Amino acid sequence: MKYLDEYRDREIAGRLAERISALTVEEITLMEVCGGHTWAIQKSGIQSLLPENISLLSGPGCPVCVTSKKYIDQAVAYSRLEDVIITTYGDLIRVPGSTSSLAVELSTGGDIRMVYSILDALQVARENPSKKVIFLGVGFETTSPGSAAGIVNAAKEKLRNFFLFSAHKIMPPAMTALVDEGVKIDGYIAPGHVSVITGSHIYDEIPQKYGIACVITGFEPSDILQSIYMLTKQIKEKKFSVEIQYSRAVSPGGNRKAQEILKEVFTLRDDWWRGLGTLSNSGLTLNEKYSSYDAERMIPITFEETKEESACICGEILKGLKKPSECKLFGTVCTSTNPVGACMVSHEGACSAYFRFNN
Amino acid sequence: MENTILLGHGSGGKLTQKLINSLFVKYFDNAVLRQQTDSAILHVDKENIAFTTDSYVIDPIFFPGGNIGKLAVCGTVNDLAVSGAIPKYISAAFIIEEGFLLKDLETIVSSMAEEAKRAGVSVVTGDTKVVPRGLCDKLFINTAGIGFIEERYKGISTGTDVRAGDKIIVNGTIADHGIAIMAARNFGNFKTDVVSDCASLNRLTRDILDSNCRINFMRDATRGGIAGIFCELAEQKNLGIEIEESMVPVKESVRGMCELLGFDPFYIANEGKIILVVHEGDANKVLARLQQNEYGKNSAIIGELVDKHPGKAVLRTGIGGSRIIDMLADEQLPRIC
Repeated sequence: MKYLDEYRDREIAGRLAERISALTVEEITLMEVCGGHTWAIQKSGIQSLLPENISLLSGPGCPVCVTSKKYIDQAVAYSRLEDVIITTYGDLIRVPGSTSSLAVELSTGGDIRMVYSILDALQVARENPSKKVIFLGVGFETTSPGSAAGIVNAAKEKLRNFFLFSAHKIMPPAMTALVDEGVKIDGYIAPGHVSVITGSHIYDEIPQKYGIACVITGFEPSDILQSIYMLTKQIKEKKFSVEIQYSRAVSPGGNRKAQEILKEVFTLRDDWWRGLGTLSNSGLTLNEKYSSYDAERMIPITFEETKEESACICGEILKGLKKPSECKLFGTVCTSTNPVGACMVSHEGACSAYFRFNN
Repeated sequence: MENTILLGHGSGGKLTQKLINSLFVKYFDNAVLRQQTDSAILHVDKENIAFTTDSYVIDPIFFPGGNIGKLAVCGTVNDLAVSGAIPKYISAAFIIEEGFLLKDLETIVSSMAEEAKRAGVSVVTGDTKVVPRGLCDKLFINTAGIGFIEERYKGISTGTDVRAGDKIIVNGTIADHGIAIMAARNFGNFKTDVVSDCASLNRLTRDILDSNCRINFMRDATRGGIAGIFCELAEQKNLGIEIEESMVPVKESVRGMCELLGFDPFYIANEGKIILVVHEGDANKVLARLQQNEYGKNSAIIGELVDKHPGKAVLRTGIGGSRIIDMLADEQLPRIC
């Protein structure tokens, strides 16, 4: 099996689209929460295959988009320290802070290195013993076990110059918070790779308490179409549950080893989500045992007060309350070359995807 | 926030365009420059001369399929060739970092000579500068080129005869060069058999021009990939473009690398690929002719110009959906999760 070919087969996609259309329901809104799904949906033009009564809404699942501006301002401040090397995933580099971004700092001489994983960052630390190497840990459960493993390795090697600046968050607090805020969601296209780690039970509250359909979804066009079919069927039959469409990667129990390493290294804290505000017990911070690797505790720093752009409605877009086209700044001041908010910068942000694929 | 030059300004996407328009064209302004074609078309006495220049700063300087020198010749030859010109003369200016190995320089210069011979051009003038260690990254090369165009081909670079109904053709698999370079930079620790498609295409373009088919437009798809060409053409002609994703040739290994890294091959650099717009009556003939050439074996008709959605390039996706093709802001960055 070539994998890509099978899951992107036009005939299969066509048949799934037909089956979806055959399930007559009233107007329903399905939300995808994972940035990877936003991207995949836009890239394959899935909305154009769906009947008009099914709307897709993008939610707060792009980790870069929900990262606070303050975090960027602090990262920028760290990058200006002489003895610091910043190591980061690519997408974070362009996110605008209050007055600068890592891209701008890079262009004026900041030591900021794009890495593909925390293992690369550890290597930078080994090779630069006189520098403090800070890794910008962003992402949900997909990336946080990697960060945890990186910290465990650093501790084993007694690496003293390696630090994690964590913006890691967990699912599903944001999903329930949206519904509590009153956002109309009939079904969730639930995260795929987060669920590989966590398993499916973290979403049980969604159908049980809120009566919302929930299907854990893969990332190929056929996965997403099949998931939309399963969600629409749940809604039509009024039988709500957590189903796993992405069965080739997700098991109900998830990845136990990854879950253990998260427990070993992190503890939960209240965290600030762009667009949603503070959600209790939704963020990950290093626990006491590993506190000597926590950048926030070990490298105190002062920096300018964070300024929010008042017309930027990234928050409401993240909640699915507004579409990018309804933002005053969209396509005028805020464009892909000159992003104001995180939703436009991130490859997976709703505005970026909308701008590129529907402009 | 933007008062410094960012890497994105050199990526060939929107930021580059912004810089060109707001700075270079603004200050140097003239009718020829405003065309912003691959080569400037000049009328001198009774001749039409195509004139172009390009600088090469690629890293690594040696890569699977070539080196910075070969690239420097091919790139300039191709800019002339896609304008419909016969390339004749090239200049070669070198900026060399102190400490650069002479034997490496010789390998590079020898490649350039070999490629120039293959393309039938002469390197007739040049320059050499050496800068202290650390002030340039090993070697930078600039080449400029001159060629001659027949009157009947003058409209090719601006696409004066492009109409709805014309077919869009590419001469082979896309994104090979960019992926080969990424692998050579050991980006993400991947090993691949992909080789740069770096090649002089003037004999290929000559061949199809000589066939008397109606070639209405040509552009070479370098950094920024094929997507930029579709966006610009649709906008400039105020016509719609429709590209059929399943028809665009991409090597399996390139597709695989792109999937892993989260890149879109439409935006990855090529160095041996051109986009042609051909009158629909001649498309099959041009395709057949291209396929007979060593640099056109995997040519394919990938789309067409249409009356609908003027100014927009639309992709018919592999699953039968549709969405807009946009220009990238600047460099693609690998996916987070």
